[in-house]
Amino acid sequence: MSQRRDPKRVASSMGDRALRWITGAAVVLVLAFLAILVGYVLWGGLAVIGIGFLTQSPSSDMTGGGIFPAIVGTVVLTLLMTIAVTPVGVATALYLSEYAPKQSTLARWIRAAVNNLAAVPSVVFGLFGLGFFVLFVGGQIDGLLGAEQPEWGRPCILWASLTLSVLTMPVVIVTSEEAMRAVPDTLREAALGLGATRFQTILLVVIPGARAGILTGLILAISRGAGEVAPLLFTGAANFLPRLPTDPRDMFMHLGYHVYALATQSPNVDAAGPVLFATVLVLLVLTFGLNLTAILLRIRLRSGAGR
Amino acid sequence: MSLGQHRKAPAWHAVAEYLIGGLAITAIAAIVLIFGFVAREAIPLLWETQEEIRFVDLVWPRQWPGYEEPVYVWQPIGKIPKYNLVPLFVGTLKVTILSMLISAPLGLACAIYLAHYAGSRTREIVKPVIELLAGIPSVVLGFFGLVLVASVVHDTFGFIYRLNGLVAALVLSITVIPVVFTICEDALRSVPRALHEGAIALGARTHEVVFRVSLPAALPGIAAAMVLGLGRAIGETMVVLMASGNAAVVDLFDWSTSVRTVTATIAAELGEVPRGEPHWRVLFLLGAILFLITYGLNALAAWSVRRLSAHLGGRS
Repeated sequence: MSQRRDPKRVASSMGDRALRWITGAAVVLVLAFLAILVGYVLWGGLAVIGIGFLTQSPSSDMTGGGIFPAIVGTVVLTLLMTIAVTPVGVATALYLSEYAPKQSTLARWIRAAVNNLAAVPSVVFGLFGLGFFVLFVGGQIDGLLGAEQPEWGRPCILWASLTLSVLTMPVVIVTSEEAMRAVPDTLREAALGLGATRFQTILLVVIPGARAGILTGLILAISRGAGEVAPLLFTGAANFLPRLPTDPRDMFMHLGYHVYALATQSPNVDAAGPVLFATVLVLLVLTFGLNLTAILLRIRLRSGAGR
Repeated sequence: MSLGQHRKAPAWHAVAEYLIGGLAITAIAAIVLIFGFVAREAIPLLWETQEEIRFVDLVWPRQWPGYEEPVYVWQPIGKIPKYNLVPLFVGTLKVTILSMLISAPLGLACAIYLAHYAGSRTREIVKPVIELLAGIPSVVLGFFGLVLVASVVHDTFGFIYRLNGLVAALVLSITVIPVVFTICEDALRSVPRALHEGAIALGARTHEVVFRVSLPAALPGIAAAMVLGLGRAIGETMVVLMASGNAAVVDLFDWSTSVRTVTATIAAELGEVPRGEPHWRVLFLLGAILFLITYGLNALAAWSVRRLSAHLGGRS
């Protein structure tokens, strides 16, 4: 194929063919992993999935029924997370792309912090959520309200979603900043030239221009937030709780946590098998769907920026 | 756009600008708070629990009553709790090394194929698909390891333990490959076209370009990819929690036995421990150490990437 693209190139040799085959085989192997995984989950899960599975509560021994509370819990959790992470992520991206002077030390520090945040192990976020949000912030609120029993100072959906918002912050910041930088400077200059202030320029030119990119970042964050389990272990996910969360202080069921619980803590693992497969399938469809949307948006965005 | 109508900017614009500046330091605050509040739960170890935990016992073998010789043991529950951290770090090291041995060559090979051999259409399809791997929730991979990979490994090798270090390392590799691949591919593609074309003009074939031009030029970026992949592997929790078997065995070169990693220990045990117990403090100490390790690896990778741009900037 390379010869067709590049007629000047010399005819390929043994070494060349060997490298092409070896690296090509690696690609095939990795794609095969993905295909086997998806195929296996589809094979085991499709038969169980139906309207009832998606809209009913699990049976008390977790071997039957549906996963409705886990779906609602995951949606509410990621919704709260999105509400928390959007302003912080977009404001940081705006600062980095629009306000920070070149060579700014603060901007360098923020970038370093964002990079480090992206590399912190997810279970450490769980410890942080427990130590900071649940015990410290929650404990302080209880202290102020004079509560006898811990009201806020215990694991719940609010603290879990705030923990996840810290975890997903880097994705939102990096993707949004990239999108804001892709807005051509000529547009900014035109707005400033018409007498707009810097903030008006941001409001009317930069943010509308970067809308799709910001959305991509949020979708990626939601996908990440929907799939992470380790940060929820100590911050509010419940094993079995058919009641839906209606208060920020409620605990909740979560699709990923449900998979973990069914696979490792179920009293009867074999009987829970079909439900387990189907739950994995729902979670996989959800995260793949979100990721695919983000990838397509990004491809459209990149080709659009090149035009 | 109705720019002309805004003669005078409303007052809230100024407030919003301050808010942007204020919110922008959240990321820095988050890093400080994460380390601060994880360490806060661990630090009282220094004075609170002297009788129950001696610091030497955290890292050094000790001859506990009933043992023939000094041993490394992590056994937090029992009459005499034993909190030796060495078995956990050996477990992490063991799984991580094997998974890097699998994922580093695979990730790099995929990057070489896409950067040098694949046509542009193949690349446009294959690259996002490999990146899709990174979007699989780790709990799904843990399930995959527990249910399918463990059975395949069991049928192939016939180890005594169904869940073992090899199963965990294999599944862990799936999470590391996209990390290594993405950064390696970026590094290879950032090698200036001129270097590539120069080599071809001198009669080099593609594999010679790869080994003598692209790889050496992109080396700092590739090193960064490996370091970040390693960080990912060390920090991964759900996969090892579900697929490694979780018995703390100190046997560095035996992948057929059950393994307990640092992350899995925190995830599995913290839920059962009352706040303030020595066990609770030691688990937070493990978290603080994990944080410092990934922080260090990240700094190393950042330094390497800076070298890459200096490296390439000087020549192109």
